[in-house]
Amino acid sequence: MEVYGIIVADIQTCFVNLKRKERYSSMASIFDILGPVMVGPSSSHTAGADRIGLIGRQLLGRQPQKATIYLHGSFAATGEGHGTDRAIVAGLLGMKPDDMRIPDSFRIAKEEGLDFTIQKKDIRGAHPNTVQMLLEADGADSLDIQACSIGGGRIVVSKLDGIEVNFNAESNTLIVHNQDQPGHVAQVANILSQKNINIATMQLFRDKRGGYAVMVIETDQIIPDSAISWLENLDGIIKVTFLNVSGAEDE
Amino acid sequence: MSYGSIEAIKERCKREGIEFWKAVQMEDCSERAVSEESSWKEMTRMWQIMCENVDTYEPERISRSGLVGKEGGLMEEYQKKGDTLCGDFMAKVMTVALKMGCNNACMKRIIAAPTAGACGVLPAVLVPFFKEYEVPEEKMVEAMYVAAGVGQVIANRAFLAGAAGGCQAEIGSGSAMAAAAICHVKGADAETMGHAAAMALKNLMGLVCDPVAGLVEVPCVKRNVGGAVNALAAADMALAGITSRIPVDQVIDAMREVGEKMDVTLRETGAGGVAASITGVEIAERIIQTD
Repeated sequence: MEVYGIIVADIQTCFVNLKRKERYSSMASIFDILGPVMVGPSSSHTAGADRIGLIGRQLLGRQPQKATIYLHGSFAATGEGHGTDRAIVAGLLGMKPDDMRIPDSFRIAKEEGLDFTIQKKDIRGAHPNTVQMLLEADGADSLDIQACSIGGGRIVVSKLDGIEVNFNAESNTLIVHNQDQPGHVAQVANILSQKNINIATMQLFRDKRGGYAVMVIETDQIIPDSAISWLENLDGIIKVTFLNVSGAEDE
Repeated sequence: MSYGSIEAIKERCKREGIEFWKAVQMEDCSERAVSEESSWKEMTRMWQIMCENVDTYEPERISRSGLVGKEGGLMEEYQKKGDTLCGDFMAKVMTVALKMGCNNACMKRIIAAPTAGACGVLPAVLVPFFKEYEVPEEKMVEAMYVAAGVGQVIANRAFLAGAAGGCQAEIGSGSAMAAAAICHVKGADAETMGHAAAMALKNLMGLVCDPVAGLVEVPCVKRNVGGAVNALAAADMALAGITSRIPVDQVIDAMREVGEKMDVTLRETGAGGVAASITGVEIAERIIQTD
């Protein structure tokens, strides 16, 4: 939605979903039919798992030095045979789903100083192809992310630092962690408006009234670093992350 | 909007005096808002990667479960001895289907076409023909558009995932796509391609998805051979002038109906078919134990 000068009151109620009704049809592009180009054996258990690792790395903002990985459901049951474990680690190392080094990711992780553990965990009510990751690196806030692989290499991020969210990381996505108090949505909307950035979709989540809140905003343009650092310095804003999928690499 | 029927593609071909592949390309350009040049470049890249992927096969590499890996090499040795039942060309087709199935299981690069499990059918039908008959590369790229167009219609009218509709949706669709594509390479018209796709899909209708231990290995690798050989047989029938009495769009609809009626144990759950056989269960238990 366009947000020129609109004063956004405290609409930060739990699960207000302002997702614009786009035509999310089942109609697939011909390059979804012939594709993706990927390392086998499974688009959901390998390519999707790699993408979850990649998104975790991007949201952490750098390569993790420590990763605790929990596999749930089908990921736990058949993950090893599908290379799900190797693919997630490969994603954390920045390898894309068609990177031929994916099978060697454990060795490469050792070389690059990524210390990881993989465990099975039953996560109640989660999608069968779910992984939870605790990621840590010097100079970055730690990240607790849960995501699921929904088929064809597509994923959905379902939890961030304990808060339920829902986004697919296929568009440029701004994620703001803040205290649940009036005005933060307006601050974000204002700075995006100033930078002439159009919001495609916007979702708000919180753990409880006055507690910890997360905004997930998909944008049509890339948000400049200046806007992100401005937001980071505001009172009540805890963490700001921007997922840039418009081309540039994460580093 | 992408095509909802093969009939719609054929009508457009007639109306605008264009070939099947061109109708698919033009739709891609309007759908993704890209130029014909950029669409062509992307499809050429896919074709080249498909050819490269076949060459990455290593006969000594086996999957982590140990179930598959050597099949492509064994078939190639046998083909080179020159005494096969199906003839030299078909043996090469089978070799590529097995190599790609093994590559997928052994975590090498593949192109899902339409899925990772069915990644061997299209390269098996197209790549050996390209090498054997020195066809210009453009013709093969056009054939890739034909395959994608058929796959897109199946995606829109039915499904492409084993979990949704069984193996008929994966290998069956891949076989229909490949049958139409190779007909294009042989210079056939849109009508003939439709018949080839219809016959290929009909012959695999009802095929269940029953992966042992839930892995894309048994019976998936060898089913790529079934899909590729079937595609060539269907294409040869169509090129001979044999027609499908049931129009291709109605065959796709029937495939959907069959998939919807298919028991969940036969849709990629690893709980039915050969996955539930005594040996299938033993293998699954062994894999879980060594986990």
